Parts: sequence; C-alpha cells; structure tokens
Amino acid sequence: MNNLDSSIINNKCQLYGLVTLRVLIGWHFLYEGVSKLINPNWSSAAYLLDSKWIFSGLAETIVSNPILLTISDSVNQWGLTLVGVSLLLGLFSRYSALVGMGFVMLYYLFAPPFIGLEYSRPGEGSYIIVNKNLIEACALWVLYVFPTGHIIGLDRLLTKLKSN
Amino acid sequence: MSESKKQQNNDLERRELLKGLATVPVFGLFLVELWRKIRKDTLKKSNILSGLVQEKSAPAIIKGLSDSKHLNIGVIGYGGRGGHLVRGAGFATTGWTNTVAENARKNKLDKQFQTFMDQEDLNCSLVGVCDLFDVRAEQGLDASQNEVRPGGKPKKTATRYRHYKDLLANDDIDAVIIATPDHWHSRITIDAAKAGKHVYCEKGLTRTFQEAIDVYDVVKETGITFQLGHQNRQVEANEKAKQIIEQGLLGKINLVELATNRNSPWGAWVWGIHPEGNAKTIDWDTFQEPAPNKIPFGEEALKRFFRWRCWFDYGTGLSGDLLSHDFDAINQIMDLGIPKYASSTGGIYFYKDGRDVPDVWNATFEYPDKDLTILYSATLSSNEPRGNRIMGHDATMQMGGQSGGGSVHGFIVTADSQSTQYKERLEQGIINSKYPIYTYSPGSKQIDGVTSATSKYFANKGLLYTYKDGKRVDATHLHIKDWLDSIRNGGQPKCNIEVALHEGVACHMATESYLTGRRIEWDPVNRKLI
Repeated sequence: MNNLDSSIINNKCQLYGLVTLRVLIGWHFLYEGVSKLINPNWSSAAYLLDSKWIFSGLAETIVSNPILLTISDSVNQWGLTLVGVSLLLGLFSRYSALVGMGFVMLYYLFAPPFIGLEYSRPGEGSYIIVNKNLIEACALWVLYVFPTGHIIGLDRLLTKLKSN
Repeated sequence: MSESKKQQNNDLERRELLKGLATVPVFGLFLVELWRKIRKDTLKKSNILSGLVQEKSAPAIIKGLSDSKHLNIGVIGYGGRGGHLVRGAGFATTGWTNTVAENARKNKLDKQFQTFMDQEDLNCSLVGVCDLFDVRAEQGLDASQNEVRPGGKPKKTATRYRHYKDLLANDDIDAVIIATPDHWHSRITIDAAKAGKHVYCEKGLTRTFQEAIDVYDVVKETGITFQLGHQNRQVEANEKAKQIIEQGLLGKINLVELATNRNSPWGAWVWGIHPEGNAKTIDWDTFQEPAPNKIPFGEEALKRFFRWRCWFDYGTGLSGDLLSHDFDAINQIMDLGIPKYASSTGGIYFYKDGRDVPDVWNATFEYPDKDLTILYSATLSSNEPRGNRIMGHDATMQMGGQSGGGSVHGFIVTADSQSTQYKERLEQGIINSKYPIYTYSPGSKQIDGVTSATSKYFANKGLLYTYKDGKRVDATHLHIKDWLDSIRNGGQPKCNIEVALHEGVACHMATESYLTGRRIEWDPVNRKLI
C-alpha cells in the first residue's frame, strides 16, 4: 500500500482531512520537542520515575544511569522535534509517522491509564485504558497507512527531483 | 514547443511547487509563534528577576583545610544521632555500610551509600567512644574500625570509655561530639571545654535556661571551637533565602509561620526498646544522674532510656527537638536573635502513653523592636505538610512543605496582590500573584530516592541533604566539616555559641511559658527570664 487508494486521491475532502491531521500532529510534536530543547532544566527523569506497569524497571534503570538518562533526554528532545518538522513539512513523513507512533506508544506503555495504577504526575483527565497518547498513536498509524507527503508536502518535490 | 504548451508546463510546475510547499507557511507560522512565546517568556522572566533577584550562587565547599592537621575525635552518646554525626565525620558501622550498599544494589535510586563514600576524607580518627548502653558502645568501636569509608582504612581505632570524664581525660583527644540526651549536654560541654576539647553538641543546646547561659559563659572563657548541631546552617536553600530577604524582595516582614507536622509513632519518639537493653547492659544510674526526678531501673526506666524525648526530665520535647531546628533556620535567614517575649500552650492530646511533654504545641515569639511575630505550631498526629512561611508586605516565601517549589529542599516566592513594591508590575500583568516570582528548586535534574515519610520530613526541613554545585551532599557531613575546619583555622563555625544561645534561650522561653502558663520576657541586661 505505497500509494493512496485512487478513490481517496479523488476525494479532496479526505485528502485535506489527512493533511490537516498530519500538520496538526506535526505541530504538536514540534512544540513538544522544541519546548524541551529550550528548557535547560527539562529532563525525562520525572516522567520515567513515575512509570508504572511493564516498563517501570527499565525506566528505573534509565533514570539511575546518568549516561542512559542523557541519551533518553536527547532522543526525546531531538526525536520529537525532527518528527514534528517532518510531519509538518511532509518530508519523509511516512517514516516519521511510524517513528512518531513509536514515541507515543512508548509514552503510553511507560504510563498506561489502567485501573489501579496511580501517578503522582497530574494527568490530562481521567481515562480507562484509552488516553490521548493512544489516540495520537492511532492517528499516526492512519497517517502511515495513508501518506500524504508526496501529494501535499516536500516529498512531492523530492519524488519529482528523483524522477527527473 | 508552442507558447501555450510552455505556459501549460509552467503552470504545472508552479502547481507542483505549490503543492510541495503548501505546508511551509504553517511551519513559518509555528516559528513566528514560537519566537513570540520565547520573547514574552524572556521578557516576563527578565522583568521579574532583573532588579529583583541578584543571582548569587552559594559559597562553594572549601577544600584543603583537612590536610593541615590530623584530629582525634571522641563521641559521647553513640545512639541514632551520634551514629549519623560520626558518619558525617567518615565512620560508619559495618552493619550500616552493608545495609546501604545492599539497598543501593536493590534500588538503583538509593544514593545513600554513594553519598557517604563520596564524602571528603576529613583527616580525623575516631579514637574514643562513650555510651551507657553496651550494644551502642560496641557499634561505635565497630564504626571506628570499618574500612569501608571515604579515605580507606582508618589511621587509628577507638577505645571504649564507660564514663565521659575518662574520655575527656585522654590528652590525645582534640575534640568531642556530644550526642547524649539533652539533660547531659551542659555538664559534658562545660567539662570538655575546661579540658580544652573542642565541642560539637547536638541540639537542643541544654535542658534548662540556666544551663544554656552556663555553657555560653564557659565556651567564651575557654575559647574552644563550639558548634551546635543545626546542620540546616549548611543548606544552600537557606543561604539563598537569606539573600532574597536581604534584597528586600519580601518587603516589610511582620509575621513568620513555622510548623511541624508528624504523624507516626516514630515521629512522636515512640522508639523501639532494644531487646538487649537490661540492667546489665545499661548504666541507668549514670543516665539519670542529672535528671530532676529519678526512678529505679525497670520497665519504665527502659522506656525512658530509649524514648527520653517524651519526658521533661531529659529534654524539652517539641521545643528542643523540633522547634529548635526551625527557629535556628529562621534565625539563620533573618538574623533575629533572642525574642523579647514568648508564650506557648498545648497538651498531650494523642499520645496518652505516660509522657509529660505535649504532642500538640503552639508558641509565639515577639520581637517588638523588629515589628515581628514568629508563630510556631506543631502536631504529632497529622502529616499535613504546612511548611514554613515568611510573610512580607510585598511577597511571601514558602519553604519546604507541600508547595516547597515543587521539590524538597526548595522554596517559592509569590508576590502579594496588595504589594506596593510590585504594584506596577502587578497592574501591567508582568507579575501575577497566583504564580511564583521566584522558585528555588535545587537538584531538580538530580534524581534521588528519598523515600520514607520521615526522610521526607527531614529533607523538607533541609536537614538531610543539601546541594552543592548540583551534587547531593549530606548536610550533617558539611556541618561536621565546618566545625573541624574552624578548629584548624581558628575561625567560628556557622552554628557557633552566639547563635546557639539565641536558639537555646528562645526555646527555653517557650518551654518555660508552657510549664508556668504565663508569658515569659527576656531580660538581656541581667540575662534572666522574667
């Protein structure tokens, strides 16, 4: 499924919907990444320390090791920023949708909203199993399956350059 | 190629380009908005901070003094606190080092072992241990021999002394750490000073007011280096708070609220009675010698030996044990000295276990010359963290407690909605009285696992750890180091006899008020309580 189904290409409403979704998620990622980059005191430690469920042990290992923590901080700061730019501009956006999905799924799995797991970090609301991370991950899955960068986005120019 | 074809191709290419770059303006919009946000935040920050807080970092730890002279130390009273003080000097029992090393293996966030091993080697030896309970005396000897310590194998090991006077008679001992119950502090300090030993004495300074005056006089006469055990003096947050208040950021301060909240048997001094504690292993007669009321050895005596803080015969309860810390911290921050008046009330409302010290206790201190009241409120049956608040006309500083800057060890400063100093900034919306204008939260990137409720209580009060250059350091270690450095260079340590007297007299004024039911006045000329 490398290209969009022709029925979708022909349906501009669906295309614009997908592009808008891509741009908005890109904006969100970019802001999350940049705001962490420009805050000298930001660290992934607080989030990791509050981790519950299957990854809590891994989270503890990362936090207790300064090198792993630095790596985790950089991967988050730069990963989110690059995925954001990529989705926003539609450059390699299919791959970044996949990477972005990986990021958000990790956030979900490190702190899933299951009954019985309590977090000291304030949440965005009360959920059972489904939270905004899971929804964003699914939205990115849709963007991966229905890429739009080669129609509206820098991928279009890239493809053209390649074909020339 | 015909003109119309060319035109068609150009149109196609333009359309291609437009589709390719369609979302670039959104990226541009993002950058513009981000730039605006950063600019606004910076402006806000610079408006709040510039001209308000002059960033000054706390003084760094001075190294090198420890090399100058090797010091021999003796410890009198090797209980829980004595053990911690001796660890601050670099000596821990094998039981302790094994336990914390094991804890660190099990919980990677537990940094207790690492913090101990990273301590500076203070170039001293533990050569004398005196404790009236055999088990603890043995532990002290073990600590002096344990090779797991900063600096490696100890140069000398300790001898046990059954009576503190025998320890003081050892001419090789330069300095003593006194961590006995309060009813012994004055006698031992005075005898040690007369024997030419430097003294580190645990708080509260003494059990009675007159003893505090006597200790002060002897320390001054003999010229020994005296340090009172308020390790908060080493805490960076308190130094920072002092700078902010000196800069007048809080405006005129008329009320300070200090609070103690604990809610556990441990917090209320109901400590375990050691299974090996009996008439053979405990020298009960010596223990109670300076106490006003004496009882024969038995079950009640065992309770009193291990839970001495619950009786006025040996200490002063909340006053000397917990108010003393908060009073000293506020004295450190605001240079208040001895209050003119003190009054206090309270009662035994929760722990009706035979104790005679109150478990709910409130005290007020008046400083008419400074237009200031200090209000201290304590309960041993609620863990609600109230923290300490310094309330100024222009801003309030909240230290410790729940809203301690989002972190233990920190504080926040929030502008007052009716402030004069910040009136314009408040009106312009640059300052919002709902949000802090200054947050001090050291070690926020540094992670450690201070876990138990009691640890959190002490950490909140800045009594466990402080941060120096972003690294966690045991405040007790710094306090011991400050004392040893002062002995070597002849200077005055941070909690010297002058400020120790402030704490001692203030606490005794409040205790006296509780016991007599009347307001107590300090007569500075005749050094008497009226």
